[in-house]
Amino acid sequence: MSCDEKVDCGRRRLLFASATAGGVATVAAAVPFLSSLAPSERAKSAGAPVEADISKLAPGEMMIVQWRGKPVWILHRTKEMLANLGNHDNELVDPNSERAQSGFQPPPSMKPATRSIKPEIMVVVGICTHLGCSPGEKFQTGAASGIAADWPGGFLCPCHGSTFDLAGRVFKNKPAPSNLPVPPHVYLSDSEILIGENTKGA
Amino acid sequence: MAGSSYEKFKSDGTLAGNLLEWVDARFPATSMWKAHLSEYYAPKNFNFWYFFGSLALLVLVMQIVTGIFLVMHYKPDAELNASGVPIAFASIEYIMRDVPWGWLIRYMHSTGASAFFIVVYLHMFRGLLYGSYRKPRELIWIFGVLIYLCLMAEAFAGYLLPWGQMSYWGAQVILNLFGAIPVVGNDLATWIRGDYVIGDATLNRMFSFHVIAIPLALLGLVVAHLLALHEVGSNNPDGIEIKKKKDERGIPLDGIPFHPYYTVKDIVGVVVFLMAFSVVVFFVPEGGGYFLESNNFIPANPMVTPPHIAPVWYFTPFYSILRANTINFFWIDAKLWGVIFMGLGVMLFFFLPWLDRSPVKSIRYRGPLYKGALAIFVVAFGTLGYLGIQPPTPSRTMVSQVCAILYFAFFFLMPIYTKLDKCRPEPDRVTFK
Repeated sequence: MSCDEKVDCGRRRLLFASATAGGVATVAAAVPFLSSLAPSERAKSAGAPVEADISKLAPGEMMIVQWRGKPVWILHRTKEMLANLGNHDNELVDPNSERAQSGFQPPPSMKPATRSIKPEIMVVVGICTHLGCSPGEKFQTGAASGIAADWPGGFLCPCHGSTFDLAGRVFKNKPAPSNLPVPPHVYLSDSEILIGENTKGA
Repeated sequence: MAGSSYEKFKSDGTLAGNLLEWVDARFPATSMWKAHLSEYYAPKNFNFWYFFGSLALLVLVMQIVTGIFLVMHYKPDAELNASGVPIAFASIEYIMRDVPWGWLIRYMHSTGASAFFIVVYLHMFRGLLYGSYRKPRELIWIFGVLIYLCLMAEAFAGYLLPWGQMSYWGAQVILNLFGAIPVVGNDLATWIRGDYVIGDATLNRMFSFHVIAIPLALLGLVVAHLLALHEVGSNNPDGIEIKKKKDERGIPLDGIPFHPYYTVKDIVGVVVFLMAFSVVVFFVPEGGGYFLESNNFIPANPMVTPPHIAPVWYFTPFYSILRANTINFFWIDAKLWGVIFMGLGVMLFFFLPWLDRSPVKSIRYRGPLYKGALAIFVVAFGTLGYLGIQPPTPSRTMVSQVCAILYFAFFFLMPIYTKLDKCRPEPDRVTFK
């Protein structure tokens, strides 16, 4: 702050101090407004676990369950689908699911080769890890799928063309950076899955 | 020109004259009229390209008026009604079917959105043709780019309101772009959505942005755009300054008063525009699926993305740039690169006044390098726009990668090719047939 004889330095200091205090108060006043945009208490408390009955899910069929507002796919994989899973590891970004999932943990008993608890039942969140579209089913293999001659069957995201295999693992050189996340889930019985918890009765 | 340089109005004794004198003594009525209309001297050689500024203003007014009436019937509510249809979606159908003339007001508003972008893109292209962004009009251009950004935000928020499938999944994609930002991205996206997924909270805040926050910003920016324009004066197709040659009264020799000359000329543009606009509103309101996408006639379903989704046409060039990034490099994954390049693609417009080093402004006197570069840019922009509507395939992705590179080359190489270009000398006075 420059001061010469014509300026009352005391008043100027007071002016600066009060302007600073006023500025701080103005910024502080923005906090409640900006905070009001965050998820409300009601939104935070939503998202309870959901149960899915898979007794009628035939091999090759997929069902969609809504959990936390997102689609969770439960796919009953056929023997051929399972046999194919290990054949394209070199085309995948993260074939053994070594990267940590953000937000929620997969079941500890999940096996990396099939990304599932039971080999034939795949449970993943059907939201593309790129920008959040829900990929479509492309279960047909080979050129008939319209994707590639060596397509092993899986999912194609309609928004930006990311592809995933039948374990929800993302293929290399696609916009999506990581595999479809596996939600926490636990088998309550042979035909009932609880999605949202990794332990029974938690 | 400051308001004080005009003389105050003196009444001729009539009632209207007395009233105007009374008002003018208390409010800068006649001085503003003169400064911005009757004594604002615009170059006399404006051509076809100069219609789009006033047309943009017309569309803005139309969007505000139709919008005011739509808000009287629309309900921003994502809850399902008794028939299982989201209330927001049902209220749009109510406007279309049950509100008297509601279909016309809604189609005017939805067609107006696309018309706004057509007019603004042509208005911006005029700037590229005649160097309207060059010194001393840098601020006019910057206000203009800010208006364009507001317009994109306004269109995005507005497109969510019908709560159809395209509304929902389009917003899902765009709001997830924020999730690509390292460290804070996911929390930021949640904060913007107001929920962990797109839902009622998101719909209501987009409604607030669409009807209040962004329109207020838009109006302020439009005023700033016009004030800056009237401070330095309009450019013209020859790209020369008419203020350099003035008569003894200080009026530019090549200038004519905006009113009545250009107000009347612009009315011709308005009539032609309204003819084309009416054809769309009355005969093809969905614009062949480009103005209103067919998937948006299906209520939002968070469980299933439609098999083919694309943004509305005015966003597709940037959407293509986003999609064209499929390679991870420099430890940053492709998703973030896509977002960075898409953002850069828009932001680069801000820097045009300083990237252009040509000694002349107008394309009329520029050499083959700039003409070629502009032609390539237009083709690349159009191709990116077309590809953004199409589903992705490997060959289309490759074409969009080439076009994205050409798009950025136009900006990044501009300081070089505009300097090397063989320009012709500018004339002393504007050329006019």
